[in-house]
Amino acid sequence: MTVTENPRTYKYVGTRPVRHDGLDKVTGKARFAADLDMTGQLRAALVRSPHAHARIVSIDTSKAEAMPGVKAVVTGADFADLDPTHPEFDMAVNLMARDEALYNGHVVAAVAAVTAAQAAAAAAAVEVDYEPLPAVLTIDEAIAEGAPIANPTNRTLFSGDTEPSNLASVNEFGRGDVEAGFEAADIILEREFRTVAVHQGYIEPHACVADCGQDGKATIWASSQGHFAVRSKTAAALGWSTDRIKVIPAEIGGGFGGKTTIYLEPVAVLLSQKAARPVKLVMSREEVLRATGPAPATKITAKMGATNDGEITTLQSTMYFDNGSTKGFSALTGAMSVASYKLPNLELHAIGTVTNTARSAAYRAPSAPQAAFAVETLIDELAQQLGVDPIDLRLQNAVVEGDVTAMSMPHPKIGFVETLEAIKNSDHYNSPVPQGAGRGVATGFWFNIGEQSSATVNLNEDGTATVVTGSPDIGGSRASMALMAAEELGLAVDRITPIVADTESVGFTDITEGSRATFATGMAVVNACRELIEQLKQRAATIKSVDVEQVEWVDGAAVIEGQDPLTIPEITAMAKNTGGPLTATASLNAAGAGPSFAVHVADVAVDEETGETTILRYTAAQDAGTAIHPSYVEGQIQGGSVQGIGWALNEEYIYDSDGVMENASFLDYRMPVASDLPMIDAIIVEVPNPSHPYGVRGVGETGIVPPIPTLANAIAAATGVRMTALPMSPPRLLAAITESAGS
Amino acid sequence: MPRTHVSCTVNGDEVDFLSSDETSLLNALRDELGLTGVKEGCGTGDCGACTILVDGKVNCACLMFAPEAEGSSILTVEGIAQGDQLHPVQQTFLEGAALQCGVCTPGFLVAAKALLDENSDPTETEIRYALAGNLCRCTGYDKIIRAVQEAAVQVNGASK
Repeated sequence: MTVTENPRTYKYVGTRPVRHDGLDKVTGKARFAADLDMTGQLRAALVRSPHAHARIVSIDTSKAEAMPGVKAVVTGADFADLDPTHPEFDMAVNLMARDEALYNGHVVAAVAAVTAAQAAAAAAAVEVDYEPLPAVLTIDEAIAEGAPIANPTNRTLFSGDTEPSNLASVNEFGRGDVEAGFEAADIILEREFRTVAVHQGYIEPHACVADCGQDGKATIWASSQGHFAVRSKTAAALGWSTDRIKVIPAEIGGGFGGKTTIYLEPVAVLLSQKAARPVKLVMSREEVLRATGPAPATKITAKMGATNDGEITTLQSTMYFDNGSTKGFSALTGAMSVASYKLPNLELHAIGTVTNTARSAAYRAPSAPQAAFAVETLIDELAQQLGVDPIDLRLQNAVVEGDVTAMSMPHPKIGFVETLEAIKNSDHYNSPVPQGAGRGVATGFWFNIGEQSSATVNLNEDGTATVVTGSPDIGGSRASMALMAAEELGLAVDRITPIVADTESVGFTDITEGSRATFATGMAVVNACRELIEQLKQRAATIKSVDVEQVEWVDGAAVIEGQDPLTIPEITAMAKNTGGPLTATASLNAAGAGPSFAVHVADVAVDEETGETTILRYTAAQDAGTAIHPSYVEGQIQGGSVQGIGWALNEEYIYDSDGVMENASFLDYRMPVASDLPMIDAIIVEVPNPSHPYGVRGVGETGIVPPIPTLANAIAAATGVRMTALPMSPPRLLAAITESAGS
Repeated sequence: MPRTHVSCTVNGDEVDFLSSDETSLLNALRDELGLTGVKEGCGTGDCGACTILVDGKVNCACLMFAPEAEGSSILTVEGIAQGDQLHPVQQTFLEGAALQCGVCTPGFLVAAKALLDENSDPTETEIRYALAGNLCRCTGYDKIIRAVQEAAVQVNGASK
C-alpha cells in the first residue's frame, strides 16, 4: 500500500519488475563467496583465543607446520605494524591479535592446508602461551572506579586524552536550558533502560577466496557490503598499495551493516602469498556469533518533561553504548538519532565503552533502536498520563522542515508528519484493539547518507544497455538501478542489464551502507544516462544532418521535427559511423541524503502464565521519498521490522563470567521464524527528497528503529508492565509481571 | 583416510562419489558434486539453508553424513525446475519479490515444494509452520508466505 504525496508519474520508476539477479537466486546458480573454488585452492582455519583477555607470550607454529597438508601458517607478526592512530588500526588488530587477545574468539593465528579437515587439525596444534589478564565484560565494569584496562591501545575519542581508558568516546551536546525546561514541565518522567548485544544475523557466514600471484598482486573474491572497502582495508592491514589488490564482488548473503568491515581477507591473502596457492576461508556460524558483529549493549537513562497541554519541554539523557574490544562511534550515532521532536531544551551525554567482548559492528541504523527504546517509551507514558492519543502527542511535537536535529542542524524536507498521519489513518489503527490485547505505537528516525559512487552506462550494438556500478546489491538495488536507467533512457527495463563490477572495472564506490545505494549510486546512474542522452542526440543530429539543438529526446527516441524519430537501436546500429561506441560515466560525492521516518503499530497478546508475547497484527509506515521498486521497499520495511521484533522479544548475547558467549548457535541465539509472526503490513509514504532526481530517500535502515518501543508499549498496554530491559523474552516478561502483581 | 563409495540419485541423475565417513552430505553435495545451491548457514540444522529432499522428505543436508545417502533419491534446489520450466514456487518467489539477498532462498524453495507436494492447499498457519525450520533475515517472511500461497493457487489450478 502506498500513501503518496508524490506528484510525479513515471513509466518505469515505481513498477515492480522481476529483479535481474532473481533467476540465478531461485535456481541455485547465484555464486556467493563460499560457493567459489579455484584450481589448486587450499582451505584455511583460524586459531582463536579461549581467553577474554590475555597477553600473548609466544606462539609456536612448528607442530602445525609439520602436519599433513599444511602449506602456510601466519600470526600477528606477519602483518603490518600500524600506528594506533591509523584509522584502520582497530580493524587490523581485530582480524589478527598482536600483543594481547582482547576477547574470547579473537584470532591469534591462521593455517592453510590442502583440505578443510587438515587446516582445522593444524589450527588446533598451534601452541599459544597466554598470560590471562583481568577482563572487563560489561558497561558497568568498564566504568567502575579502578577498573582494569580492557584494551591498552584505546584512547578516548574526542577527549584529547593520551592515557589508556575504557571510554571509547565522549560527546555532549544539546540546546536550550534543560533545568528551565523541567521547571516549565507539569509532568517529569525518568527511567533507566538496558539492552544487551545482539547480532545482525545474516544467514551467510563471512567467506572469501584470495589468490596471490608471484607478481605480489592479489585477487580477492569477497561477500561484502563494499568491495572497494575490502580493498582499502586489506591494503591497510598488509601495508600494501591498493593497486596490488583486486576485489571481485561475489553475491552477498545479507549484511545489515555487519559486512561493512572485514575479518578474513588480509589473512587469506597472506596465507595465499606464503603458500603460492589460492586460499578459501569461511567462518562457521559459531565463529560468526563469537567474533563478528554484534550491535552494542547499552545503558541509557532518560528524563523527559512536558506540560499538561502536551508540549515536551525537555529531554535529558545519558547514553552508554558498549563498543566491545575497540573504540567506535556507536554512542554518538545513538544520541544523534534523537531528532524526531522539537525538544526546545535538550542535553545528551553520549559515552562509548570498551570491554573484552567482540568488537561491535554497524547494525542497520546503528544505535538508533536502543535510543528509540528509551525516548519512545517515555513519550508513550507521557501520552498515557496526559490521557491523549499517542500519535496526536507525537504530531504535536513532531519536527518539520527547518526544525533542528540533536546536532542542531536544520532538517531538510521530511515526511514525519505524513508518516504519523499514515498510521493514524490506517485501517489497523482505526480497528478496535482485540479483546485482551494491547496496542503500541512508536516512531523511528535515521539520517541516511550520500557518499561517493560511480556508474558507467554502456549502450550495446543492438540498443540494449549495461549499467555498471560499484555498489554490492544486498536487497534488490540492481533492479532499482535498472529502473532509473530505464526511466532516463526510455528503454524497457528488461533491455537493461545492471551489474556490480570489480574494483578495476568501475570507479571508486563507497560501501553499501547508510541506505545510500539507491540514493547515491542511483544518482550516478541517472547522471551517466543524462550524459548518454546528450551523446544520443548528437549522433541523431549527425545521422540526420541537422543541428543538435533541433533534436529532442522523447520516450527513448531522438525526435526531430518533420522526420521519423530515431530509436536507441537505430542510433547504436550506426555508432561505428557516427563516432564509435556510446558510453558514459558519472562519479559523485552525493549530498542531500533524505532523512527517513517510520511509524509502527502493533497489537500483542501476552500469555500471563508463560510470559510469551504473540504479535496479532503489525503495521509499519515509512517515508521512502519515492519508491523506485515498491516491492523491495516493502521488503526493507518488513525485514527491518522483523529484525527489530527479534531484538525486542528474544535475541540476546549471553556471556558467562569468563566472557565466553554461551549461545553461539542459531538454536540458542533465537531469531524470529515464520511461525512467530503475522504478516507485516507495509505502508510506503512518499514525500520526495528534493535532492534526488527521483526523490529517493533511502529505505534500508529506518524500519528497525521503531519495533522495540512499539512492542514495549504494546506489552505495557496489554499487561500494565513497563519493560525497560531487553529482550522482553518469556522468562523476563513473566518475572516482571509476577513482580508487578506482588507489589 | 578410508573413503566410502556412495551411489545415489541426485536431481534424477545417478551419481557416484567417494566420501570419508565424517563428511556431511552438505559438503559432499557442494564439494564433490558441485551443487553449491545447497547453502551452509549454520552447520547445525538450525537455519534450513541446506534443506534438501531425501526420498521426498525434508532434511538438512548438514545433519546427514554423506554415506547415509547410499541408495537414496536426493532433490536439491538445482533439480526442482522441469527443464526450463520453473516450479511454481520459483516463479512466485521471483514475481512476488520473496527474496532479497537470496542465500536462504534455495532452502525455502525446497521446503515449500515439499509442503505443496503433501498439501496443495495449505492455510497461512500451515505454511508458517512448514517453513519454521528455515531462517530468513532479510524479508520478515511476509512475501515468502504470500509467494507460497500464490504457488498453491497455481498448483491447484494446474491439477484441476
